[in-house]
Amino acid sequence: MSEVILTDQSFENEVIKSSMPVLVDFWAEWCGPCKMQGPIVEEVAKEFVGKAKVGKLEVDQNPGMAQKYGVMSIPTLAIFKDGKIIWQGVGLHQKVLLSDQLNKVIS
Amino acid sequence: MEYDLIIVGGGSAGLTAAIYASRRALKTLVISQDIGGQAAITDVIENYPGYDSITGPELMSKFHHQAEAHGAEFVFEEVKKVEKKGNIFGIRTANKSYDAKAVILAFGLSHRHLDVPGEERLIGKGVTYCATCDGPLFRGKRVAVVGGGNSGISAALYLSEIASQVYLLNRAGLKGEEVLIEQVNKKKNIEVVSNVVTKEIIGQERVEAIVASSLDNPSEIRTIKLEGVFVEIGYIVKADFIKGLVDVDKLNQIMISPTNETSVPGIFAAGDVTTVTYKQIVISAGEGSKAALQAYKYLQQKSGKTAVMIDWKSGNRK
Repeated sequence: MSEVILTDQSFENEVIKSSMPVLVDFWAEWCGPCKMQGPIVEEVAKEFVGKAKVGKLEVDQNPGMAQKYGVMSIPTLAIFKDGKIIWQGVGLHQKVLLSDQLNKVIS
Repeated sequence: MEYDLIIVGGGSAGLTAAIYASRRALKTLVISQDIGGQAAITDVIENYPGYDSITGPELMSKFHHQAEAHGAEFVFEEVKKVEKKGNIFGIRTANKSYDAKAVILAFGLSHRHLDVPGEERLIGKGVTYCATCDGPLFRGKRVAVVGGGNSGISAALYLSEIASQVYLLNRAGLKGEEVLIEQVNKKKNIEVVSNVVTKEIIGQERVEAIVASSLDNPSEIRTIKLEGVFVEIGYIVKADFIKGLVDVDKLNQIMISPTNETSVPGIFAAGDVTTVTYKQIVISAGEGSKAALQAYKYLQQKSGKTAVMIDWKSGNRK
């Protein structure tokens, strides 16, 4: 598995202090579209190995970060760079859209 | 790039059309913003034959993979325009354009929006159209449900188990199943606010309040402080990009013949976006297959071949 399982506790180290850009997938077990988003995010993670980090944060177990970043619809996808959100999207996102956004951040 | 067939929409109608078309060796492209449409945000499906119970996303993924396995291509974009270009059709998205000899419109229904200030800006920031998707994110918070029909009432009941307080805003009283209305009246944390019209949703970074005015006395305005607004006022056909292209009824539903032809030869339509009466997954799937077979027949005839339809034929029972 190429993506990182994030928690409220690990968020600071894995995302905020990350040297690479991080794509975070905010999801939950009860959310239908999230189940379709999961495999897409896994593919993005594989494609960007060594260039960007991809993480998944389950919002029921980790309400802290969802609250902090105002996540009120899921799935929410966000790209963090140097500790800040520089792109955020709500709803199911296909692979090509996420790859495009990550490529913009990397280049 | 020219395709034999472009299907606009990736719900049960569009995906089934893609399966049938690619099995007839048509070069097929599906242009959609998502996979599965409304079915994909349905929790559990128990009326699709062959499955006792399956989640919406699971069933729709199966449709998708089956279409891909048979050779259909997919792009995830929003269609901005469909136009006739002589003998073929041009389909424009935000960045690209595609050509096809035939088109199937199967883009389904979209949530009706309130069209009030603040709504669009605060989508995903407290404004939502799916109670079962986003409800649990409002645990212990104050929310409003706008809509007095069955879906609004059901959403309010569902949210009353999660949120601390639910306001059920509606224009003309609750109009739903008696059983559900009785349940609403028994809930201590649901306040039914009737005969009001929503004016505005207030908030900077996230939803902070909803403003509604009385229908009887418009100067009587109530501002309710809350964190979430669930809009449950039904569905519409978002038909702007086909306006003037094919005939639609007064609800903007695309009018079709029994074999899924629209008013324009070469353009077919299937599923919830059409005038077909029941909006069900199995019906949309069936309609999608019909549209694909008819499109195949159209393309065969156009190229001078007789369509070999492997199907029942009257008077041919040997």
